[in-house]
Amino acid sequence: MKRLRSVFLAPSWAVMLCLMIVPLGIVLLYSLLTRGAYGGAGLPWSLESYRRLADPLYLAVLARSFWIAGVTTVLCVMLGFPLALFISRSGPRKNLYLSLVILPFWTSFLIRIYAWMFLLRDTGLINTVLARLHLIREPLPLLYNDGAVILGLVYAYLPFMVLPLYATLERLDPILLDAAADLGARPWEAMLRVTLPLARAGFIAGSVLVFIPCIGAYLTPDLLGGGKTVLIGNLIQNQFTTARDWPFGAAASLVLMALVMALLMFLIRRRGEALL
Amino acid sequence: MKGRALSFYAVAAFAFLYLPLLILGVFSFNRSRFTIWEGFSLRWYQSVFTNPQLSDAAWNSILIAVAATAISTVIGTCCAYGLWKRRSPVLLGSLYLTLVTPEIVTGVSLLAFYQAMFRFAHFRLGMHTVILAHVAFSIAYVVVVVSARLRTVDPKLEEAALDLGANEWQAFREVTLPALVPGIAAAALLAFTVSFDDYVITSLVAGVDSETLPMVIYAIARRGVDPVINALSAMIVTGFGALILISERLTARR
Repeated sequence: MKRLRSVFLAPSWAVMLCLMIVPLGIVLLYSLLTRGAYGGAGLPWSLESYRRLADPLYLAVLARSFWIAGVTTVLCVMLGFPLALFISRSGPRKNLYLSLVILPFWTSFLIRIYAWMFLLRDTGLINTVLARLHLIREPLPLLYNDGAVILGLVYAYLPFMVLPLYATLERLDPILLDAAADLGARPWEAMLRVTLPLARAGFIAGSVLVFIPCIGAYLTPDLLGGGKTVLIGNLIQNQFTTARDWPFGAAASLVLMALVMALLMFLIRRRGEALL
Repeated sequence: MKGRALSFYAVAAFAFLYLPLLILGVFSFNRSRFTIWEGFSLRWYQSVFTNPQLSDAAWNSILIAVAATAISTVIGTCCAYGLWKRRSPVLLGSLYLTLVTPEIVTGVSLLAFYQAMFRFAHFRLGMHTVILAHVAFSIAYVVVVVSARLRTVDPKLEEAALDLGANEWQAFREVTLPALVPGIAAAALLAFTVSFDDYVITSLVAGVDSETLPMVIYAIARRGVDPVINALSAMIVTGFGALILISERLTARR
């Protein structure tokens, strides 16, 4: 029994080791080296890259990433909760609606972002229609700002919020709401004091599932923010390509990794494990 | 009353999720290059098929996705089976790690790894580096999906097969594997989708000869909007949408 098992696990061990653990180790090494004169990295060992991350310029990038990911998460909660509630209350059509929420997630991320570029840009659909209706003279600057980035992120990650919220609301016993009503609670009171507290695990899991990809987002700020909205993901990409400062990029990657790990630990502590 | 408000909200939310893609699809049939409707035309679809850059990239994307899916489905299925026999927290932990690592970090770490390897061995960035990268990030998806299916399999069935004289391999091959087929198919579909769709990691580890479809779409989107991309997007979204719906139907019936 044991021999077959190790044969079965060996390839995945090899892949994880070679293409996951070792590369992350190399990134760790790079982050402790000094940038070479022509890019690349070399000795001596130093913590300079981490020290540079504490520069106000880069702290601002980090704060911005937190801000954008935070606003996105809050918006996803606000938009996702009513939708999850609707789905959990729609009886036999539940599964259909749930698939409708998941389906966009299967279509290309890049194309979903591109669809918003098509709508939002200066000569895009929204501006064209508004101009045709003579509501505006100059096109509204809808694209290439923080708002567009947040919109794109909410659009992309809303399903991640709806699914765990739905999972908790689904398990909520409707008898509890009847009991609240019998005891004189008005519907909004029952919502506030029964439904919302019981959906807490869903809120936590959904928030972490949305926040984590948003904090490391690269493509959305790049395309919808037009390179103006620099988040930590864009900073890392830039250090490894145009800026060619690998040690600094490596240090930023590890800081991002540490943030994500800390958030996950928080989630696991908060008994969200039933949802994952 | 409240129920109705909620229903209206749900309609609006689904419109938010689907309208952008729907509009993109409608305008892919627009004769004009601009966002003004000038009549129905298939010219952008024609240019998708006559553009050599797009067809090269599409071919690369398909080749990479098929190779990465095949490799990661086999390795991932074996891994899920091995973990079902006995847990291995370290392996499981590193698989989850690949799921939560931001794409950009996975990308740069693989790039750094490849660059380090180039010092010892003579190879360059190309199709093989992209395929390996895709295998690395899609195995975890396969393991998660196949493991979910394994939870519905009774381990006693294999024990019975062993008691009846089957060896371990036969027990796996004849008893457990057939029960896993729907899960493996779903896992392969998921791996194919994430591989076909990936831009961030691919763009970092691709060589000059391995430009994929998302890379071309990105390059054009960076410059602005091009109706050819509208047509291409409509084709990709419809194609994958149909694939997902068919597979959902198939799994629902079992």
